[in-house]
Amino acid sequence: MQRNSNHTTIVTIEKVVDETPTVRTLYFSDDVMSNVLPGQFAMVWIPGINELPMSVMISNESGKAAFTVRKHGLASTGLFNIKTGEKIGVRGPYGNAFDIKQGKLLLVGGGTGLVPMMRLLTHVKPTDDVTVLIGAKSKDEVFFETLANELLKNNSHKVIVCTDDGSYGEKGFVTDVVEKLVNESNFDGVYTCGPEKMMYKTVQSAHTKGIFVQASLERMMKCGVGICGSCCVGEDLACKDGTIFDGNHLSQNKEFGHTHRNKAGILEDY
Amino acid sequence: MEPSLATSVGKMQLDKPAMLASGILGISLDVFNRLYRSGAGAVVTKSLSSEPWEGYPNPTIFSVNGGGWMNAVGLSNPGASNFAKMIEPNVDVPIIVSLVGSIPKDFEMMINEFKNCNVTAFELNLSCPHVAKVGLEVGDDPELVKKIVTTVKNSTTAPVIAKVGLGTTNYLNTVKTAIDSGIDAITAINTVRAMAIDVETQRPILSNKYGGLSGTPIKPIALRCVYEISSKYDIPIIGCGGISTWEDAIEFFLAGASAIQLGSAIGDNWINVFDDINKGVLQYMKQKNYSTIEEMVGLAKKF
Repeated sequence: MQRNSNHTTIVTIEKVVDETPTVRTLYFSDDVMSNVLPGQFAMVWIPGINELPMSVMISNESGKAAFTVRKHGLASTGLFNIKTGEKIGVRGPYGNAFDIKQGKLLLVGGGTGLVPMMRLLTHVKPTDDVTVLIGAKSKDEVFFETLANELLKNNSHKVIVCTDDGSYGEKGFVTDVVEKLVNESNFDGVYTCGPEKMMYKTVQSAHTKGIFVQASLERMMKCGVGICGSCCVGEDLACKDGTIFDGNHLSQNKEFGHTHRNKAGILEDY
Repeated sequence: MEPSLATSVGKMQLDKPAMLASGILGISLDVFNRLYRSGAGAVVTKSLSSEPWEGYPNPTIFSVNGGGWMNAVGLSNPGASNFAKMIEPNVDVPIIVSLVGSIPKDFEMMINEFKNCNVTAFELNLSCPHVAKVGLEVGDDPELVKKIVTTVKNSTTAPVIAKVGLGTTNYLNTVKTAIDSGIDAITAINTVRAMAIDVETQRPILSNKYGGLSGTPIKPIALRCVYEISSKYDIPIIGCGGISTWEDAIEFFLAGASAIQLGSAIGDNWINVFDDINKGVLQYMKQKNYSTIEEMVGLAKKF
């Protein structure tokens, strides 16, 4: 029987990998989650603690998937602390997927926003020329650099790391590199996921050059299916209309890059 | 002549009979505009309280095995004052403001916040099944219902609707008390108090343990309530509970509802559900030769 994506399936964590002191990847077996499209997310239940939306991380083993989580609030710290052998619930996949162009691609990821970027890399064509930009605060918060290079080993590619403090790779913000790159060459597609200000600047840089760009938005979510309204961004619902929106659409949205709603639904500035 | 989807609930006039039910999608004016453009006759806001509420931790909403939705969101809302500022620019959308509170003063103060807003009506939430001291706990107390309705009626000239649900006292008594206190219309019903347990982890799924069941499983219950109220009292009724198709809408009209509200159907079919229902109702009216919704209201009661 086909699984109802709105019903929670319990999975057991089989392996936990520390990516950085604050970021972990938790692997589990689940055919549905292993095959989600780049950009889709799951609602992840940490029994007794919370439920939160998570982009689905790839695994190099078939039939497996993972969540890469940074400990931040109660929910994400709850997930971060899950150990091998413990159970979590997953429902979904939800949301749309990146529209992956062919040719010269630029991927811009910050922190756990790199998760959908890694899944996107598993969908690029061997003929694509791919640049991956990784943004991190400092050297010990850099992850997925090796993985990105590994996934692109058959492509013409570049993986550039930027750290805010310059302790690794280039010093400064990824968005400055984005601006430079889109001025230097003609990209066929730009994809971004990470902190909203980073995505906002990336979308602006690409969109004003007429380059196709998509960003995956993060908002407070409760239902994941377009009922609760918590994740609204202007007239859009991140869960149902997104989470991926293109530059054309985002440039009309007055909340993107500026405000988000808190748990009570009150607009707060980024 | 082309039939009309316009309907009136007491003195409240609507272009179309299907409204967004309270608690669903209701926190941004941009979304309200979108829903109105999608064919909703009005939107009912999330139930607003005098202070902002964060609601319960997740899981707060999920789909139930066997059909329907379970929720215990905990009435999260930005508070009446913030919300009123947000909808102040509204011109086009018929907005029904849902209010939740424990004492008459809460309601009086909140209504005052909306003095600069274009509000079509106020709906009093006397039936939320999963938050203490408000909702059903208020609806179950006839003395309190009387005081709140009387206070609210004295605080506004806009129509005032009471949303009732199935609590521990007979909901028909709540309806009667509300009518005797001057209410303009009744919305029936709210979600039905319920729960679900995950068999693998053996724990209640909702963080609040108890929640409200909505969606298709409660439709026959809601329909029964509308029929009962309409048989017993002369009061305009808005039917609510598990409505997802035009046939459901017609059933509620026939049972005595002049308009309907829907929410869970959006989780199942997204917002085109309004347009689908409008088209289906129009088609039915043409076939049966009705020119107004009013002609159908309560027809099933003659049998």
